[in-house]
Amino acid sequence: MYVAVKGGETAIANAHSLLADRRRGDRSVPALRLDQIVEQLALGVDRVMSEGSLYDRELAALAIVQARGDMIEAIFLVRAYRTTLPRFGYTRAIDTGAMRVERRVSATYKDLPGGQLLGPTFDYTHRLLDPELAAGADVAEPLQRETEAQAMPRVSAILAREGLIEPDGEMPGDRVPGDITREPLEFPMARDIRLQALSRGDEGFLLALGYSTQRGYARNHPFVGEIRIGEVELELDVPELPFAVPLGTVRVTECQMVNQFKGSAKAPPQFTRGYGLVFGQSERKAMAMALCDRALRATELGEDVVAAAQDEEFVISHSDNVQATGFVEHLKLPHYVDFQAELDLVRRMRAEYEARGNPTKIDEKREAAE
Amino acid sequence: MRGQEARDQAQRKVAMATLAQSSGDDIARLWDESGLPSEAELLRGPETGLVTLRGRIGGGGAPFNVGEATVTRATVRLPTGQIGHCYALGRDRQKAKLAAIADALWQDPARRNEVETRLIAPLQAALATAQEKRRAETAATKVDFFTMVRGED
Repeated sequence: MYVAVKGGETAIANAHSLLADRRRGDRSVPALRLDQIVEQLALGVDRVMSEGSLYDRELAALAIVQARGDMIEAIFLVRAYRTTLPRFGYTRAIDTGAMRVERRVSATYKDLPGGQLLGPTFDYTHRLLDPELAAGADVAEPLQRETEAQAMPRVSAILAREGLIEPDGEMPGDRVPGDITREPLEFPMARDIRLQALSRGDEGFLLALGYSTQRGYARNHPFVGEIRIGEVELELDVPELPFAVPLGTVRVTECQMVNQFKGSAKAPPQFTRGYGLVFGQSERKAMAMALCDRALRATELGEDVVAAAQDEEFVISHSDNVQATGFVEHLKLPHYVDFQAELDLVRRMRAEYEARGNPTKIDEKREAAE
Repeated sequence: MRGQEARDQAQRKVAMATLAQSSGDDIARLWDESGLPSEAELLRGPETGLVTLRGRIGGGGAPFNVGEATVTRATVRLPTGQIGHCYALGRDRQKAKLAAIADALWQDPARRNEVETRLIAPLQAALATAQEKRRAETAATKVDFFTMVRGED
């Protein structure tokens, strides 16, 4: 039975105005502007875009402020906003080989066309807190180096020449890519749908699962074939124009994980691959995604499914942090009637238990004290 | 398709790409300086919606959906009859409207040169400068490997 109970409206309204006050904080401290967040908390903005599954920096910055810096709440806000907009269509597939590269490293080849470009990375920093940053010191302009523009083919293309690596993942020729925003999840799922779910999946969850594969749960000997970060152009086919209309550029991170593979009944010994593609500069997430993508291909490659990271239903059903937070956090909402029913049930079970001659623990303690 | 038509389409696409990548502020500032007319009838929008980005498995394999992006579009008709379109990432409605008018003016042979020299060329120059700066900054972080010689001989 559902019993409607009214009440709490004033408390709720007052709680929301208290939230607004605490969000603003000390009024003598200047309020944050969105452009400050976009420019100076750029990787936080990128995470909200990636897991909110919406590329729009200003909206992600607004969500971060509105959520007081709670990233999952910010991601929730962005997801909710998405549902209010009409859809114009699907872009043409981006070409990461033509990326305007801002960072590109490979752990498998030292010398490769285009070279190793470290870009704006935390790698090799000493991880010491910087008091000068706290004091607001000026920052020097970065150095520039004059070079000829060089083509930067994907490392996977270089490995492919030897024939020791599987090709880029193919799907049946006439397949229209599945879309989890249009159709409910069904298991087992095709790799294209899995990648869509992973790309918006929770970074922490995918990181932990990726880590588990390195520690021996579904070990698959990964190497970073390549990580590249940079801007790619987007094009959309529209009926009113005879050519694909250019929309502008977005920044993405791509990770090509290369995995040693002994071979199985289904595939010869070779290098297999996991793929990660994420909005913004999100290197850890792209790597975790690639590790999970590879682990989830266990069945396709004829491997035994023995670990959590290989269990598609487990991974994909729990990778979405908006769903996860919704279900966990709903537990704090009023369950008064449910709980009353359970209380009644436990009282009856306890009475029956005692009626069968079993003393309760409380009675035992009392007897011991006496 | 005849050669001239193909060249025109390619050039129009470059102009549209330039407008889509440029900031609304830059377009508005150049527009004010250009003296280009901005009278046009709005046939659609400006309106904001979503496009779904597609990537390819492994970089070059089968397509998959990555996530959505905001896009604002507008369609206008000039008093002289040309119809112009704009689709651009983001939610800048004023930019979409101006870019659609620029696309319509571009299709008017009497105006094309003006649009190219006063609007598209300066925007392209600004984009190229910014891109070249980023490329040079990235190039400064390129690793130059060298081999350590160990031992006496």
